[in-house]
Amino acid sequence: MKNTKERLSERVFLAIALSTLSVLALITVFIIAKGVPIIAKVGVLNFVFGMKWAPSQGSFGIFPMIVGSVSVTLGAAILGVPIAICCSIFLAEFAPVKLRNIFRPAIQLLAGIPSVVYGFWGVIFIVPFIRNYLGGPGLSILAGSIILAIMILPTVISITEVSILALPRYYKEGALALGLTHWQTIRSLLLPAAKSGIVAAVILGIGRAIGETMAVIMVLGNAVALPTSILDPVRTLTTNIGIEMGYASGEHQEALFATGIVLLVIIMILNAAAQYIVRRKRSR
Amino acid sequence: MRVNPKTTQRIAKVLIWSSAVLVIVILLNIVFYILIKGIPQINWQFLTEIPRNMGRSGGISSTIVGTLLLTLVAVVIATPFGIGTAFYLTEYTREGRITRIIRFSAESLAGIPSIVYGLFGYIFFVTYLKLGWSVLSGGLTVAIMILPTIIRTSEESIRAVPHLYREVVFSLGGSKWQTITKAVFPSALPGIANGIILSIGRCVAETAAVILTAGSALRMPSSLLSPTRTMAVHFYILAREGISMEKAFGTAALLIILIFLINVVFNMLVNRYVAKGR
Amino acid sequence: MMKFMILTYKRIRISAIAIVLVLALTMGSLSGCSQKSRTGIIVAGSTSVQPYAEIVAEEYMILHPDTEIDIQGGGSATGITAAQSGVADIGMSSRSLKDEEKGLWYVEIARDGLAVIVNPANPVQDLTLDQVRGIYAETITTWKEVGGSNSKIHVIAREEGSGTRSAFTDLVMGKTTEITPRAIVQDSNGAVRQLVADDPNAIGFISLGLVNDKVKALELGGIEATRENVENGSYKLSRPFLFVSLSEPTGQTKEFVDFILSADGQKILMNEGLIPSSKGAGK
Repeated sequence: MKNTKERLSERVFLAIALSTLSVLALITVFIIAKGVPIIAKVGVLNFVFGMKWAPSQGSFGIFPMIVGSVSVTLGAAILGVPIAICCSIFLAEFAPVKLRNIFRPAIQLLAGIPSVVYGFWGVIFIVPFIRNYLGGPGLSILAGSIILAIMILPTVISITEVSILALPRYYKEGALALGLTHWQTIRSLLLPAAKSGIVAAVILGIGRAIGETMAVIMVLGNAVALPTSILDPVRTLTTNIGIEMGYASGEHQEALFATGIVLLVIIMILNAAAQYIVRRKRSR
Repeated sequence: MRVNPKTTQRIAKVLIWSSAVLVIVILLNIVFYILIKGIPQINWQFLTEIPRNMGRSGGISSTIVGTLLLTLVAVVIATPFGIGTAFYLTEYTREGRITRIIRFSAESLAGIPSIVYGLFGYIFFVTYLKLGWSVLSGGLTVAIMILPTIIRTSEESIRAVPHLYREVVFSLGGSKWQTITKAVFPSALPGIANGIILSIGRCVAETAAVILTAGSALRMPSSLLSPTRTMAVHFYILAREGISMEKAFGTAALLIILIFLINVVFNMLVNRYVAKGR
Repeated sequence: MMKFMILTYKRIRISAIAIVLVLALTMGSLSGCSQKSRTGIIVAGSTSVQPYAEIVAEEYMILHPDTEIDIQGGGSATGITAAQSGVADIGMSSRSLKDEEKGLWYVEIARDGLAVIVNPANPVQDLTLDQVRGIYAETITTWKEVGGSNSKIHVIAREEGSGTRSAFTDLVMGKTTEITPRAIVQDSNGAVRQLVADDPNAIGFISLGLVNDKVKALELGGIEATRENVENGSYKLSRPFLFVSLSEPTGQTKEFVDFILSADGQKILMNEGLIPSSKGAGK
């Protein structure tokens, strides 16, 4: 028999949940409502594939920014994921307990460094290095990729490590008993078994990389044109919003929200992919 | 030609250890560079005076207060809503399409770049609700940003509580409310606290959303409606515009120390609860 | 199961209505109380004007301890729209108002030169306006073409909402030529200055008052970029610093504006490298 306290508490929880969800819905609706008019006006294809971004002249093509986001993120993944996987293997398989207790907090600390500090460090160390030894202005896709690779390390490492540790002990013990070396065990058995976790980790890392703004706004150069090499300055979808948010009026502002919609779509696709992979693994 | 497995083992070991070393080296480089240049800047004056001359002289007291106030507002608003929602989703509803949709939305919202939240916050809180650039605008915006994280971590911790705990309370004649308060919540607390502390770290480090909503005014905030500059924003402006590299380093050092302390506190809390015996 | 669904649906509907009402009430009271309890002056806008406004405000608050002035960046465009929407009491702009903005009240608080800067190691000392335009339009691509070394020019500009960029486009590029989309974009004078100081092949434009010994200001057509030359009109690149407001300021805001236009206020601005205003006010 439900007494009043019971019913009241349930109503209160429901109220809380609904308000939370309505706020979250508000944001989504807001972003979409603000951004859709301009996409409708310019045309989806023109917006997404348009080559020219010059709002003061009415050009709203974000393709250069999409290329910017993709190339910087891809670069970050190429540089960061192998290192992250190696570090996870290190944590799960190779590190003695004492080192593990140092390395894991170290990764946490890496995760806690504010993105503006990363950006600053990049401007001081990475950008001049690229400018002096590789050419170009230094502010480039490469600089962004390096910084982002470092920034996604904690995410990818922690989730991958968890996936490896979650594997049953007998996997490893069986293999070793059969005479495989440690590395052979890892490469042929543990890694493939943890594959879905690793993929999920990488997708989450990529999601983080795509959403990053402050670190990359300092090292990317923010040129509005399509890049032709990794040494070219470039603008991502997020830095585009960041650098032009001062233009808070009319169509220009709507276009920035429209960019937000594109980002939202990308994030949703990535999340769906990650969820699908995790669910597929669970059903096995 | 078959490569000796022992050789691949050795090469692999070298590569893996090198990766770990590389990561540590990078971490030390970043952290030490900031700390070495920044800690000498931190003295009593730095901590208690407000910035003068655009931040070239004086201290950063107003930014410290701004950061703390904004984080407080965000956490105080987001925590009850986040935890309450998590409880509702796990305890009062059945797993179904609706809960899956809600979870998916929360995950997606967690992934939205903070700059988009900043844009939303500027238009909605600052302009439309006429709150202006203020601690409140910034706090509300950041609260919305950390909400999905708190919901997610709370939900995971609540789910992890064994059913046995709830059944014990039920079998003793307790109501649902009592199972929550006496069994589930205490058990899930470490995980929930984890989520909150993670979010606190995010509040402190957040720049993009804050600069658009709390503003960049240098004075000590006198109320929730005053604009304020947080430490992260202050560092960004100082470093970007080359106003004062020394003060920038000092601010960054303080930020890193603060975040480090938050992490340490969390780890201590976790260890204490784990040691309490579950 | 059906019963559960119906009961839940009813509950949700009642609670949803309650939620919406409560939220609406909260929003209303939030915005209401913000109007009443906000004291002090909010000044927002151009990042070029911001440092100077800050210094004057600091001085002003020493003389009038009861007044609170908060200075905010965001760019000239933000400043103007913030003034229009009332979010800011005063908007700062580093360019003249466009036609569609002319309905606002404004006053010129100072004039500022626009310096074209290069790295001190760059042998180039002097360029014509046409050459600068050519560099920014990417019709001139290497320093060799203008008397420097054989390396590619790294062009640096400000962001789209920037008054400094608008002023530059109006004064240098003209109506028909655009700044190349391959230009590196930075969001403040200081950031541009940093970049030019670090990169031997960079060129940028910043507030004349912000030129320091880490960068070199080019002569334009033989005329040195000095405050005197801006004042006497021989150095052509100059733009007004404006305070903008929805309507003529009253009360505390008016007093602050009066101060910055007074001899004391103008002296502070002059000491920082600006040119005193010709006091052109208008509505």
